[in-house]
Amino acid sequence: MPEILRLQSVSRRFGGLQALRDISLTVNKGEVIGLIGPNGAGKTTLVNVVTGVTPATGGAVVFDGEDITKVKTYRSARLGLSRTFQIVQPFAEFSALDNVAAAALFSKPGESLKAAREEARRHLAFVGLEAQAAQEAATLTLAMRKRLELAKALAMRPKLLFLDEVNAGLNSAEVERATALIHQLAADGITIVMIEHLMKVVLNVCSRIVVLHNGRLIADGQPRDVMTNPAVIEAYLGQQYAQRAGVHG
Amino acid sequence: MSRSNLILLALIACIAALPMFGGAYALRLGTIACMYAILALSWNVVGGLAGYPSFATAAFFGLGAYIGGVLLARGMPLAAAVPIAGIGSFLVAALLGAALLRLRGHYFAIASLSLIEVFREVVNNATDLTGGGMGLNIPLSASAGVMADATFFFYAMWSLLLVTAVMVMAVSLSKLGFGLSCIRQNETAANMVGLNTTLYKSIAFGLSACFVGSAGGIYAAWVHYIDPSDVFDILYSVKPIVMALIGGLGSPLGVTVGAFVYLGLEEVVWRNYIQIHSGVLGIIIVLLLLFLPHGLMSVGSWRWRRGMKNA
Repeated sequence: MPEILRLQSVSRRFGGLQALRDISLTVNKGEVIGLIGPNGAGKTTLVNVVTGVTPATGGAVVFDGEDITKVKTYRSARLGLSRTFQIVQPFAEFSALDNVAAAALFSKPGESLKAAREEARRHLAFVGLEAQAAQEAATLTLAMRKRLELAKALAMRPKLLFLDEVNAGLNSAEVERATALIHQLAADGITIVMIEHLMKVVLNVCSRIVVLHNGRLIADGQPRDVMTNPAVIEAYLGQQYAQRAGVHG
Repeated sequence: MSRSNLILLALIACIAALPMFGGAYALRLGTIACMYAILALSWNVVGGLAGYPSFATAAFFGLGAYIGGVLLARGMPLAAAVPIAGIGSFLVAALLGAALLRLRGHYFAIASLSLIEVFREVVNNATDLTGGGMGLNIPLSASAGVMADATFFFYAMWSLLLVTAVMVMAVSLSKLGFGLSCIRQNETAANMVGLNTTLYKSIAFGLSACFVGSAGGIYAAWVHYIDPSDVFDILYSVKPIVMALIGGLGSPLGVTVGAFVYLGLEEVVWRNYIQIHSGVLGIIIVLLLLFLPHGLMSVGSWRWRRGMKNA
């Protein structure tokens, strides 16, 4: 499979805090990758570094053959790099439709507002929000706003989609619905990197898992191998538990 | 085109009839009313649409007044000096905006405020060109009498108001206005959907300075004498904000009505309470904002909502 994203020894430092150390990672076209790790491991920072929100302080990011290490957020968005936010970021006063229309409008130069709204309607229908099209984004439920984020990301026709905890705060029925949507996107051939705490979802959807811990990449591989990797168990459960469980021996 | 925009155009058209009814005093007030409306509408582009509370209006008013004034003093006709003042202000604002608009909220407000001081000091020190603190005399154009002059400058300011209003409406209906609205609501998300926020904000800042600068140019020709403390008066920055708040942020009609209401209040209060007029005006503004936080434009929808509840 051809690669779409390559990180070469990427580092990010916030003052005295080394949030990411020497991360090297290749994402291939069509993959669905689960990015996991304990809180504060650097998962969201990694997404921020790739999307240019907080550029890398070391290393290089190559997207679709182009070095985007220092590229501004809006430019990498136009290149086909799209994301959802862990804390949803709607345009609160806009209708759901205009939220998605904004994404369709600005990600493609020369797009008209009218055409963008037409397209937005399709994406709203895809995530099941067509009935809420005219509703103000601030008044939607959390589950709906998460799906709105997804519709916004899709309206940008992404080549690579980062999903930052799309299931956090959802009930099990809502999680099932979101998971079905992700399956469908993967079937449509969109490469997905998802940050996710619900292992059930990760194991259900992802073909490969990458684990971060304290800003380092500690595991990368098939879900089955990663889940039995001693370093991963230690990162999540602590050294004592890992020893008692006998995985070290 | 929305109903409120049509009402605004009709309102501006009605004002054009003023010279048929009023004397020199009414024309003077009418000219100031148009000028205030230009300042308020312009502020609305960057303050109301993009949500950046700019205090730079006075800076660009003064800049335009001096560009216009210097050119007029060297014999350039008004019809050329005013557009040059506008274009000059646009360029300066767009360039400065690219740097200043990286700041947000209060930080941006203070930075934009400092522009007034910077420009004033520049003008103060460029004595050869501007006359410095002595001020700048602008020669009278061949005058046909007091009333003819008053009528001429009234129509000059009125035409500029019309152009400004059309510009603001065009912006609010365009992709630019949509993008500025995105920036106001959530700049992080705006960047994320591929919006070049720096470019959009710079254009907005430039547009908001362009017509203010032109108004400054007309003002300089109108009053024949400008000095730095007159045209770089911080009140030119504060008043448009108050007008926009009185009328209702974001709506061109609301902002224009706010400008007229503000001028009316200012004039009435000044005439009746000459000793304490600023105090009385201040109290009225505070009361207005306290009881009408969304401005005069919200009165209609508020009554309508109450009507719905009762039905």
